Amino acid sequence: MSARIVLQPSDIARALTRITHEILESNRGGADLVILGIPTRGVFLARRIGAALDSIEPGSGLVGALDVTMYRDDLAHNPTRPPHRTDLPPGGITGKTVVLVDDVLYSGRTVRAALDALGALGRPRVVRLAVLVDRGHRELPIRADFVGKNLPTSTKERVSVRLIEIDRAEEVTIQ
Amino acid sequence: MRHLLSTKDLARSEAIAVLDVAEDMAQITSLEVRKLPTLRGKTIVNLFFEDSTRTRVSFEVAAKRLSADVITFNAKGSSLSKGESLKDTAQTLAALGADAVVVRHPASGASRVLADSGWIAAGIVNAGDGTHEHPTQALLDAFTIRRRLHGDAARGRGLDGVSVAIVGDILHSRVARSNVWLLTILGATVSLVAPATLLPVSTSGWPVTVGHDLDAALDAGPDVVMMLRIQSERMNAAFFPSVGEYSRIWGLDDQRVARLPPASMVMHPGPMNRGLEISANVADSARSTVLEQVANGVSIRMAVLYTLLAGSVSA
Repeated sequence: MSARIVLQPSDIARALTRITHEILESNRGGADLVILGIPTRGVFLARRIGAALDSIEPGSGLVGALDVTMYRDDLAHNPTRPPHRTDLPPGGITGKTVVLVDDVLYSGRTVRAALDALGALGRPRVVRLAVLVDRGHRELPIRADFVGKNLPTSTKERVSVRLIEIDRAEEVTIQ
Repeated sequence: MRHLLSTKDLARSEAIAVLDVAEDMAQITSLEVRKLPTLRGKTIVNLFFEDSTRTRVSFEVAAKRLSADVITFNAKGSSLSKGESLKDTAQTLAALGADAVVVRHPASGASRVLADSGWIAAGIVNAGDGTHEHPTQALLDAFTIRRRLHGDAARGRGLDGVSVAIVGDILHSRVARSNVWLLTILGATVSLVAPATLLPVSTSGWPVTVGHDLDAALDAGPDVVMMLRIQSERMNAAFFPSVGEYSRIWGLDDQRVARLPPASMVMHPGPMNRGLEISANVADSARSTVLEQVANGVSIRMAVLYTLLAGSVSA
């Protein structure tokens, strides 16, 4: 089965720009924002959103990475996966508006793990969720606040996000 | 990885993977909540047939930071001192539902016996078997060296080009053996420096150079000097004439340390015999990594327990 491109580079850029503006709108400005990407690809998306925030409101794009491996509920069902690094911007997350960023929202289990991981780091004032693609099929009561593209899929299909930073390609495909 | 029995059967990629996981584990200490739910519901048994402070406590802390349940058996005060065999102990632990057994035993190869016997299905971690191996100590030593040299950029790296001199009681040292294999596979060059009486009969199969002169070894400017403890509890014969003479010829003191390049580090696996193989001044100096080694030990043991227990049992 061949892969069909659903987002081109320009679509991804537009989606991220829109998400950036929506974040600023919902937060009424760039104060106390912390953008945390979930490895691997969420981190690159978070950096892009952070750079965009910074260009609109200088100094507002505090970016970090939040690894959720240790908090997953499916660890025992898969081969051991290497964890990634957690990086918090100076000042931490307590009292801040944290926007979690991931590439694809699917079952919602990664986000649940991320919420647990946040609890060990501090107490944010608000936690929001931004995703590039929402493909449905949630298994938990979790909803994204900012969505690049809603993509109706079947569970048999595979959604792949490739980003130029690590994949030598920039596209979202479905197959 | 099912068990961690020796560093000799670790591949370079496996060793680096454990060191990298340990980097992530080291971050936990800076968290507001210094605990991960990762191994919730797993039972880890520390089975110690030999005395130990730092290794036992280090494994306990590591298991608890990962939310595992830890049970520690010391030989003294348990049925082990009533003469129960290793087999019966293992089968008892299996019946109790242990997911991993961390074992220290005075007999070389004891952990291998546990892993291969079929008495117990749990993952086995060798925490020191006789004079054979002590893999987690070697891993934490490598981790400490890598961190001192590369800091935050340590991830993914080996120890290529690093020169390490291991000094002292090589004969009785499982730490030395584990380090020889691990440091070599990570790309370091290892030299052993010891009196002939404290070297194994043959080191011909070892990837090392052997010297008998500490001052010459220090003048060669190694990046790392690893001092070993004189293991008086294993010494049933006269390996050197007197403590005073050993300390004079083989002890690392201020004058000797002054011959080293400024960036060289001094390691000791502990417990130290201050004034014998290492002087108190050197042990407390900025070159000394002794306390870093202890702190890093927790991260390494978390990484090992995570690697052995977090995933599904496959290979």
